Amino acid sequence: MEVSEVFEKVKGLFVEELGIDSEKITMDAKLEEDLEIDSLGIVEVVMAFEDEFEIEIDDEELADVGTVGQAVNLLQSKL
Amino acid sequence: MKTVFVTGASRGIGKSIALELGKDYQVVIGFSNSQDKAHEVVEEIKKLGGESLAVQLNIEDRNSVDQAFNLIEETYKHVDILVNNAGITKDNILPRMKDDEWNDVIQTNLTGNFYTSQRAIKKMIKNKWGRLIFISSVVGISGNQGQANYAASKAGLIGLSKSISKEVGSRNITSNVIAPGYIETDMTSFIDGENRENIIEQLSIKRMGKPEDIANMVSFLSKNESEYITGQVIPIDGGLTT
Ligand SMILES: NC(=O)c1ccc[n+]([C@@H]2O[C@H](COP(=O)([O-])OP(=O)(O)OC[C@H]3O[C@@H](n4cnc5c(N)ncnc54)[C@H](OP(=O)(O)O)[C@@H]3O)[C@@H](O)[C@H]2O)c1
Repeated sequence: MEVSEVFEKVKGLFVEELGIDSEKITMDAKLEEDLEIDSLGIVEVVMAFEDEFEIEIDDEELADVGTVGQAVNLLQSKL
Repeated sequence: MKTVFVTGASRGIGKSIALELGKDYQVVIGFSNSQDKAHEVVEEIKKLGGESLAVQLNIEDRNSVDQAFNLIEETYKHVDILVNNAGITKDNILPRMKDDEWNDVIQTNLTGNFYTSQRAIKKMIKNKWGRLIFISSVVGISGNQGQANYAASKAGLIGLSKSISKEVGSRNITSNVIAPGYIETDMTSFIDGENRENIIEQLSIKRMGKPEDIANMVSFLSKNESEYITGQVIPIDGGLTT
């Protein structure tokens, strides 16, 4: 799957699951500071990713994910 | 229709909770050894027009808890209301208490509820709705001679539930503890004769509790109407602790 395709899906999930304004969602956007996603919100999107992409994400893999772009890269590497 | 999972629903308080909630929800009967009794509860709920399923689990074992949830989710999608009721006693005074007696009671009564709650909470977060109800004991509040392990496990549930209530309140999930006093079940069947009279003497309401006294509160806490009650400990004990 192309990066742009993964990004669009990720964007869709952020909007759907957490009600985030889609204009705010860019590759550089920081999950906590820019999108104001709290720790429970992260749990929600991870579960949504797992369902959408049929993958499993470990907590260790999440440690380095701070931006939308990093999440997209992690997902792409697992597809 | 919402799904309720009641652990330890083959007998006693759990059975009564299952029968009461069977009027309004799909009820999963968790049992450990009492398979026949668990299936009787399922049949009883079905006879009254409800939906029910029995699932075997050993709450001490995370794998067993996971398998039970997998099975539930195959049939009913997810658990909306989790009633953590399964519990045991292994009484002994502290100088004589064996490691096994301590560990078994903590593992079943406290750690087992960590496993079930952790597993259930993820789906509740996703759904932005959920109810966790822990059946603790007045002994967890007051302590009791010969029950250091049991009291510690039941007090532990209070800290667990209060913490959960703070973590997930923003997702319309509440977590509460019910602390029963003396309720007539297998667990208290050894209390008879003069002991029983002495106990009743201490109560404001002059009778032992019935499992239904607990089930009615679980029913209320399960409803939308209880949404502003969270992180609380609700004694149901005929006035034993006032
Ligand atoms: N009765 C009272 O006066 C009283 C007072 C305060 C608090 N409580 C609490 O209320 C709860 C219910 O008590 P009760 O009097 O109804 O007890 P009970 O009649 O002894 O029933 C205990 C239930 O827990 C289940 N259970 C035990 N160990 C288990 C395990 N490892 N995994 C899964 N299930 C297990 C049993 O299943 P199986 O039969 O299938 O093995 C049974 O359904 C307990 O947590 C108890 O501590 C009771």
